[in-house]
Amino acid sequence: MAVTSTENLPLVSEPDVVAIRRRVREISAQLGFTLVDQTKVVTAASELARNTVIYGGGGIVQLESLNGPRVGLRLIFEDKGPGIPDVELALRNGFTTGSGMGLGLGGAKRLVNDFEIVSRTGEGTKVTITRWK
Amino acid sequence: MEKIPILKMGEFLLVTIQVDMHDRLALSLQDDLTRMISQTEARGVLIDISSLDIVDSFIGRMLANIASMSRVLDAETVVVGMQPAVAITLVELGLSLTGVRTALHVDAGMEVLRSSLNDTNGNETITGKSANRDTYGSNFD
Repeated sequence: MAVTSTENLPLVSEPDVVAIRRRVREISAQLGFTLVDQTKVVTAASELARNTVIYGGGGIVQLESLNGPRVGLRLIFEDKGPGIPDVELALRNGFTTGSGMGLGLGGAKRLVNDFEIVSRTGEGTKVTITRWK
Repeated sequence: MEKIPILKMGEFLLVTIQVDMHDRLALSLQDDLTRMISQTEARGVLIDISSLDIVDSFIGRMLANIASMSRVLDAETVVVGMQPAVAITLVELGLSLTGVRTALHVDAGMEVLRSSLNDTNGNETITGKSANRDTYGSNFD
């Protein structure tokens, strides 16, 4: 899988969430995603970015444009927060420990093609999503 | 701090969201709107989201909250102008915006608010003279 470009953005506060939404929109448009697919990946990014800020205590996101054989966008959200004790439970609709609707993690998963989460209690959480063109 | 303006037009409040919504802005809109409804005794709230290019679970929750809070304060809420791509994404995200009335554009939304207001006025009139008659029935004439 050829990664054509990679960039890292900080994810510490609320304005960072907005900045990441914008950047993901730009990159997915450049990659030639349809408007619906752009909207899906931006929405998924928004959910995961918020999780990183609120629950992970901040972190970074890595944006990778993938080119060939398939074109796609991969986003890796990483924090060194408290981790998620029960990932299965966290993925379930309606599960929340915060003020959201509990749709963030499960909802983001439904909006992308590939979803991977690795979380260790006390060490942090890494969520990788890919949306193919 | 940034604010989303709320316009008063007759018995209605109008809001057009034209900025990228960050979470705190969404929360302050929720507070401002509920305060305005009670101050102005507005009977309806129209929220135009045609400039929003995403609605995630947080913004969705804000819209649902505004709708329920305004209902408790005796005002109807209608959300208008959702982009088709946003609607498709919302449903896949799992957000159905239960309890939030929607309309395609501002005109249709105003119509929804006006007719809901007429219905309420009609029901409050025990003899049901004007509004009810006009709406429900030439049969009784």
